This record gives sequence, structure tokens and C-alpha cells, in this order.
Amino acid sequence: MIRGGAPMTLSRRQFLKLGAVAAASPALAPVPSVAQGAAPRVVVVGGGFAGASCARALRQSHPRFAVTLVEPNPTFTACPFSNVVIAGLRELSAQQFTYDRIAADGIVLARTTATAVDAQARTVALADGARLPYDRLVLAPGIDIRWGALPGYDEPAASEMPHAWRAGEQTLLLRRQLEAMDDGGLVVIAAPANPFRCPPGPYERASLIAHYLKTKKPRSKLIVLDAKDAFSKQRLFQQAWAELYPGLLEWVPLSKGGNVTSVEPATRTLVTDFGRHQPKVANVIPPQKAGRIADVAGVADRSGWCPIDPVTFESKLQPRIHVIGDAAIAGAMPKSAFAANSQAKTCAAAVARLLTGATPSTPKLINTCYSLVAPDYGISVAGVYQPTPAGQLADVPGAGGVSPSEAPRAVRAAEAVLADAWFRTITTEVFG
Amino acid sequence: MGRVLAAAIGLASIAAAAVAWAQPPAGAAACTGCHPASTRAQSPVVRLAGLDRAAIVRAMREFRAGTRTGTVMDRIAKGFTDEEIQAIAAWYAAQR
Repeated sequence: MIRGGAPMTLSRRQFLKLGAVAAASPALAPVPSVAQGAAPRVVVVGGGFAGASCARALRQSHPRFAVTLVEPNPTFTACPFSNVVIAGLRELSAQQFTYDRIAADGIVLARTTATAVDAQARTVALADGARLPYDRLVLAPGIDIRWGALPGYDEPAASEMPHAWRAGEQTLLLRRQLEAMDDGGLVVIAAPANPFRCPPGPYERASLIAHYLKTKKPRSKLIVLDAKDAFSKQRLFQQAWAELYPGLLEWVPLSKGGNVTSVEPATRTLVTDFGRHQPKVANVIPPQKAGRIADVAGVADRSGWCPIDPVTFESKLQPRIHVIGDAAIAGAMPKSAFAANSQAKTCAAAVARLLTGATPSTPKLINTCYSLVAPDYGISVAGVYQPTPAGQLADVPGAGGVSPSEAPRAVRAAEAVLADAWFRTITTEVFG
Repeated sequence: MGRVLAAAIGLASIAAAAVAWAQPPAGAAACTGCHPASTRAQSPVVRLAGLDRAAIVRAMREFRAGTRTGTVMDRIAKGFTDEEIQAIAAWYAAQR
């Protein structure tokens, strides 16, 4: 084009190619990692909020890229709002989304499990025997339960004492157990130590189960046994509990004997240093770690989670492998769907720049998390994040925070409406 | 030769600008978590694409200053500089 004289017009794609060539000059930027002309190959493992968002953002901004999404489940079941399902106020089908629109974007769906990663050869091994080569790999495996980390809580225990921390059958099991309980029964939720998926989640769940008990089984009681002395949006939750569920919901912090040290599934017993609880319904939210493939790929550290570069979300342990969503150690960012989506788009932009020989730009990320304390009572936490020179993702000082502690019920009702709107918006962006 | 080179440099800088433009400025991509990117999503939250640039800038500055009532935007706007707000507003104003 240049040799032939100045062109009159350039398509956007040609422009981008030209930009890549210009930027690839060694004095200006890193050398592109892909042979000129070959379509860059990106494999994304995990089709949740993080992985599906990232695959889509990459494909939409760079239609030339060959993007493969590895996900064994034909439908995705979303965790946000699954507490409303547990409380009997929403059907699980409202949480479920297919990958049809993602496939229609030209993303190749590998409907199987990733079993291994060869970081040297840059291939992902799949359960069906195939090997997918990649130029950049994005791992978005979400969480795995650390079975046995809480003594007695192994995989079979989850069918007696559901965790319901990955939405689906577990969500429905907990709901059925609550429905089967007689009025006057005791429900116990065991909340884990940090870090874990959805920091306000156990407390939203406690709130909505309390709402269910108050309206359907008012002589019942709910106890939250907590491995912590503080939690997300604590003041707002406790203020609302005192107003809405006095005498019904009791929170027991670590310092008051809340730490569950073992469970006995056969008798549905939770053991603490201070005593034993034998409720009719026991919801054990157990310790967690990054999804299995993170460990297999060598991107998880001894904590079980994945250290990343906050500009690119590239693993600090393995080159050309990026980790986003709940599996990542994202500093001040919580493990939330909004954060996962925000990280996914940041990661997609960085991956695209790295694959076209450009330097990733410094991002700014946002999180917003709504919690429902009752169906018409919402509260939120928001944050804005940026990388620090030390390589952490930190809160932008002065920004973010929780809903005002003194606010009329109209504000709480508005936030409940916004929570619902947020779910529709984000699921439309990711799956619609 | 010199003219060809000059033309090449000129094109390269235009192309570099195009590359920069192809990606949203810092913070912009996160907005669509709540502000619908698609017209298919039913939401009381305003869609940003195609809004007037000055209107976005004004709203963000007022949220940041606390002179406009918001639920979460008053908290989020405080995380952005004037420069970032200008870039985000220009990015969304240019969308359809």
C-alpha cells in the first residue's frame, strides 16, 4: 500500500494492520507475538461472566482473531440473584443462559473440559483428546470448593449440607430443604474466612432466607456462624436486619465462637470451638480456591488463587496465560460478576494489543455489587480501581463505598430496582 | 523516496491514532456493566452510546462534586479525573 503510493481510503481492518506494523518497529513497541498475516489465536477457558465477556470483547473488537471458548456446560447458571431463587421468589430458569449468541459472534465453542496446559508448546489439552494451540490463553475457571479443608465437608456432604455456592442443582437443593422444614425450625449458614466468591453473598442469602422464614415460617430462627469478625456492607446489613428481622436472624462472629471447625453431615451438625449446632437446614459455604485448571496450568500460587499483572491480567507465574474473574488475585477488587466482566474487557483489550505488537494501556476498572436485604430493599457497594507501581490493583482514593447508612426506604427500593436492571443488562451484554 | 517515507510516517501516525481509537479509553469499557450497550436490555439506566459529549461530561462532574443525586454514580465518578471523563464522554458520544 505504501509502496504503491498513498491510498485514497483504508478499511478499518487495513488501518489496524498498518498500525500494527508501525507499532511493531522495535524502537516503538514490543515485537508482535504472531506471524504477520496469521490470525492470532486466543483460547478462553471457562464460560462464566469473566470468560464469556472476554471471548466476546475480543471477537467484537477484532473479528480477525480466532477465538475459542472452552466450556463443557450447554447452559450457564448465574450466581447473582440465585439467593432469590433459594428464597422461593425466582425460578432457576431466570438464571440460565445459552451460548448461542456467543457462537453466532463467530466464537468457536469447544463443549468439553480443559484438562491440561502446556505453557511451552502453548497448547491446551481437552478432555475429548484434542489439543488447541494458542498465542494467548485466558483462564476464567471461577472457583472450586476446597473439599476437606473444613473437616467433614467432602463432596458427599454437599448433598446433606448444600453449599449452593455454584448455582444450579445445589441452589434448588437448599430451597427444597427450606421448603420441607416445619415452622419453628433452625437454619444455620456457615460463612467462610476471606477470600471467597461474592463477599456480601452469605449476608444477602441470610437476609433473603430470613425474609422467607418471616413470611412463611415465622416461628423459625436463622443463625449465621461466621469465620470472620467483619464483612462486606456490614453496617447496612445489620441495620436492615434490626429493622426487618429482629429476633429471627442472629449473626455470630469469629470472636463470639462463630468459626465452624468441623461438620458431621450424617447428623447435619456444625461444630465450633464453643459448641455444636444441629439445625434442620445447614448451608455450609466452604473455603474455596481457583478452578482446577488454574492449578494444572501452574498459574495458582500456594494460596490457591492466581497472581496477575494488573495491567494485562497476565499470570505472574506463566507467560502468555491470563487469569480473570474469581480465580485471580485482583487486589482490592472483590470476586464479583461485575468485577469479572470489567476485568474481562480490560484483559481482552490488553491481549489484543499484545497480539498486534502494541503496548497495553493502563486501565481503570469498576465494580458495583448490589445485595437484596428484602425483595424491595437493595444496598450496594461500588469501587474504582487502578494498578499501582508495585503491581497491585488498588482502590482509587476517595472513590467508591457503600450506600448511605441513613436513607429513606425509597432509596432502598430504587436500589432493588437497579439491582434487577443490572442483572438484565450484564447478562444481555455477556450472553444476549 | 523522502516523500514516500514522509507519507509512510504520516500514515503510520494516523494509523496509530486509529489503533488507539479502536479501544475504549481507561474506565470506559466498565460502564456497560450497568449502562446497557445493547438496546435489547430493558433498564432504567441510560444508554451512553450516542449521548451528547458535553452532557456526559456535565453529569460526571456533577456526580463527582455531589451536586447531582445518584445511587452509585456519585461514588464511581469520584474515581475519574477531568481528562478521563473527557475521553470517556468522547468515546461514547462517537458510538451509535
